[in-house]
Amino acid sequence: MRNYSTIRTFTVGQWLLLALVLFYVGALLVLPVVALVVRALAGGIQPLLDTFHNVNALHGLQLSISLAVIALVANGILGVGGALVLVRHRFFGRRFLDALIDLPFAVSPVMTGLAFLLLFGRDGWFEPLLGEWKVTFAFPGLVIATLFVTFPFTLREVGYVLEELGTLEEEAAVTLGASPFRVFWLVTLPNIRYGLGYGIILTVARALGEFGAVLVLGGAISGKTATTTTFIYNAIEERQEAAAFSMALVLAVASILLLAGLEWLKYQRSKEL
Amino acid sequence: MGIRVSHLTKHFGSFLAVDDVSLEIPSGDLVAFLGPSGGGKSTILRIIAGLETADSGSVFFDEENADHLHARARGVGFVFQHYALFRHMTVMQNIAFGLRVRGANHTQQTARVQELLALMGLRGLEERYPSQLSGGQRQRVALARALAPEPKVLLLDEPFGAVDAKVREDLRHWLRRLHDEVHLTSIFVTHDQEEAFSVADRVIIINKGRVEQAGSPEEILDQPTTEFVARFIGEANVYQATVQNGIAHVGALPVSAPGITDGTQATLVIRLYDLKFWRDDNGMATVVRTMTLGDRIKVEATIDGAGTIFSQFPRRSSLLKGIEPGVRIHIEVTMARAYPSG
Repeated sequence: MRNYSTIRTFTVGQWLLLALVLFYVGALLVLPVVALVVRALAGGIQPLLDTFHNVNALHGLQLSISLAVIALVANGILGVGGALVLVRHRFFGRRFLDALIDLPFAVSPVMTGLAFLLLFGRDGWFEPLLGEWKVTFAFPGLVIATLFVTFPFTLREVGYVLEELGTLEEEAAVTLGASPFRVFWLVTLPNIRYGLGYGIILTVARALGEFGAVLVLGGAISGKTATTTTFIYNAIEERQEAAAFSMALVLAVASILLLAGLEWLKYQRSKEL
Repeated sequence: MGIRVSHLTKHFGSFLAVDDVSLEIPSGDLVAFLGPSGGGKSTILRIIAGLETADSGSVFFDEENADHLHARARGVGFVFQHYALFRHMTVMQNIAFGLRVRGANHTQQTARVQELLALMGLRGLEERYPSQLSGGQRQRVALARALAPEPKVLLLDEPFGAVDAKVREDLRHWLRRLHDEVHLTSIFVTHDQEEAFSVADRVIIINKGRVEQAGSPEEILDQPTTEFVARFIGEANVYQATVQNGIAHVGALPVSAPGITDGTQATLVIRLYDLKFWRDDNGMATVVRTMTLGDRIKVEATIDGAGTIFSQFPRRSSLLKGIEPGVRIHIEVTMARAYPSG
């Protein structure tokens, strides 16, 4: 239970500021979600159910989930490994590499998609090496696009925790006779678990929500390379509004679940400190 | 297990942390590394534990070279300055860790943990997490964890640095008693003289990466071999004076300076408790003030023709009779150390 006696009375200025913040957050974040839910359920539950019988919609959803899972696994492993290398080791070019990791935060996904087209597309640098294997406008292209845009999240979250953690507990484990594997598994990993959790949730959210890069590199071919987001885009273009809003609602629910996961991790962590 | 360290050198970048250090610690001894912060004490300890690699030099355990041995294979119990307890494990899991990674079965683990909980006075705290313990309790858990796998050597890096004065005092007595019971070769690092002298059998003074002096507390207190040790140990008055006929004149105060060539400058180190003051209107000094330090009184005086001199007496000492600010006093130096200057 919240202890209401600790909430102090506000001055007029503070009330105004609070009202302004609430209005801003409401208009920017809450209102659109409400509008989406209202619109998606305007025609009753039936259009929503129909969408789940739409083969292309289901394929898009399945594709998005596959991409999220691949991004989760790849970034989980590379993120932890990369963070360990960047935080714990001192080598020539470390600062440069460190800056480079934030690149996906900085560049437009559309530009990213175009850049990869130059590598893997028709007349691209790697085209002769690929042979029959198609990257662009195919699943591998979607994977590359997703991995690129989600790359920094886990690495950064784990990196912050590792820096704060230091190496004393690991040294203690070593003097007690633990092998490197045991040190990692029994000491390092449990200590970074919340950072890893945050990173993975952000990775999944980004993977599900990515649009520009998967559009350019995947082509949003219905039933083939259209993910949930590009399916919604196509559906609006084709004036299938019910399908578009239903899938948007699915994405919104996923986002809310991910947010709840994030909050739960924060709560667990605060209990431990 | 005895420890011998031979010609150890270690740089951190261009900083020379350990400078050709050789020392020997007989099996079963409790030794203190004492010296100012940043003097290389902890680095030597970490090299012995295998946590740091020396640039050159060797570490021997019972005359067996340990240089090639990884830290996890050295059988060294290490207690870290800030405990370094595993924060996601309970007290019990922390203590059992060394046994667990060495493959001890559950029964063995439980038996040893119970034994240590009893020894350390930690019963009832088994299920607590480190964040739920007091500083003194954490320290004891760290010790129990280090002792659990029955190490051959116990190394403690500033073990009492992070607890308050009262707990510190208790832990000292307690470490001494523990050592008297288990006779494990132990080294602890400290910058606290009282701690070093009250707990250790032998004290090794380390400064600027070098061993200044090694010996029993009495030897170091009574026969400091270098000026650094004389100045560092205990509070002291330090003067520069020219020696004439074996006597150095600090203003009006004559101090005997044996072993110093006549006509040369000497550094004189006089402990606060190696002085006698008494009231004498024809004396050579004037009392400036007196300060009460609990059970002792510190007296500040000015020597005619020289600077300030401090002395310290038990609170009810007869030497304090009539000593008050402004009075003239006679000073007798009962013991002084003289070192050639330069």
